[in-house]
Amino acid sequence: MSVLPTPSQTVGPFYGYALPFAGGGDVVPAGHPDAVTIRGVVHDGAGEPIPDALLEFWTGPGAPGSMRRDPTSGRVIGRDGVTLTGFGRVPTDADGSYTVRVARPGPMQYVSVCVFARGLLHHLYTRVYLDGDAAGADFGSLSAARRATLVATPEREGVWRFDVHLQGAEETVFLEFG
Amino acid sequence: MAAGQQTEQPAEQAAGPATVQPVPDQASVDVEIAEWRLRYEKHLADGGARQNHPDRAYAAYHSTALRHPTQPLVAVADPEALELSGPVFGVTDVTDLDRDLTRQHNGEPLGERITVSGRVLDRDGRPVRGQLVEIWQANASGRYAHQRDQHPAPLDPNFSGVGRCLTDDQGAYSFTTIKPGAYPWRNHLNAWRPAHIHFSLFGEAFTQRLVTQMYFPGDPLFAYDPILQSVTDDAARARLVAAYVHELSQPEFALGYRWDIVLDGPGATWMEEGR
Ligand SMILES: [Fe+2]
Repeated sequence: MSVLPTPSQTVGPFYGYALPFAGGGDVVPAGHPDAVTIRGVVHDGAGEPIPDALLEFWTGPGAPGSMRRDPTSGRVIGRDGVTLTGFGRVPTDADGSYTVRVARPGPMQYVSVCVFARGLLHHLYTRVYLDGDAAGADFGSLSAARRATLVATPEREGVWRFDVHLQGAEETVFLEFG
Repeated sequence: MAAGQQTEQPAEQAAGPATVQPVPDQASVDVEIAEWRLRYEKHLADGGARQNHPDRAYAAYHSTALRHPTQPLVAVADPEALELSGPVFGVTDVTDLDRDLTRQHNGEPLGERITVSGRVLDRDGRPVRGQLVEIWQANASGRYAHQRDQHPAPLDPNFSGVGRCLTDDQGAYSFTTIKPGAYPWRNHLNAWRPAHIHFSLFGEAFTQRLVTQMYFPGDPLFAYDPILQSVTDDAARARLVAAYVHELSQPEFALGYRWDIVLDGPGATWMEEGR
């Protein structure tokens, strides 16, 4: 690696009219046979919900069409309901909550998550595992308590709970690559 | 970056009852900025590696306090990791007009018309091709078209401040817009953000994701701004500042700025090169 990188800066509080798009959390359509819904709350170090976080989800494999536009009006018209782009993007609500619908993770056993927020100068990566054993296989060196922050909890049929804690006793495991 | 708009004491309460925390002033933020510069200089003097990105714990930007992890990041060494691939975008995701923020309404926005162009590269200097670049910015008066922006500067009915484009085969991008204004925020008393454009970029891998801000050369607010100063390495901080390039200015039309962007993080060559 020979070229020095451009530094990160916070996404700030005002991305809301620029980055989120209609259907951003519908990585697969509602009727998809392997659809699972993941929902949760993003918390700060005091346990308070963060209403201005932005989460991105990557499941692979990818195709264009996440933020399809109407060629006549230029409006974002969202996904076509068939193409699987593997990419989701959802802002947290006023209560810090988010919801995303993805295909049940295949061979990789996890969904990759990228977290942005006001007050966060550089985004963070984490993963959602639905299966604790898979998380154990990938992160065997972590304590059970730490590793548990990577595993979603089944809530009801087809719905899983995954909270993110940027800081504190329940701080989520965040990842670095390379 | 009106950080603290919801969570910190509004400036009007500075002279309130004794139970109200005093609002920090610029002098106290200057001290915090200087402390972190010294800390970084010592880190370098002790043989530490140069830091290209801000420390998430950077204290002078007060909203970091409860929003940075305190545990070390966990290294992933799996060459098959999903994060070494990433989302793709295409001609269905953008329209040609999206790159011109001055043509999204019936009239022209107020302000100084500019172009911002450059290339998106990876750490090996190779162009990032066909990837999505998204921008958002305040209008010429320093106001965002966002409900939570309460800065009493006028909205511009002819400016939304949102653009996007795909990089071409050379990794090049280009936008036509207006120069954003500086704006106040509530990090501390009399805090003002230097003019900036927010950028969001994708590489070929999810690990190369970047959200950042581009600044304009010679802005007198640089020294006072904890968000820019959070990049404590002088050379790295300079890479956030665009260049004015007279040859890119267009007669009777727009001033030209150039800003090249280099995405960090391992890409598809990571595995091949055995990193
Ligand atoms: Fe901003």
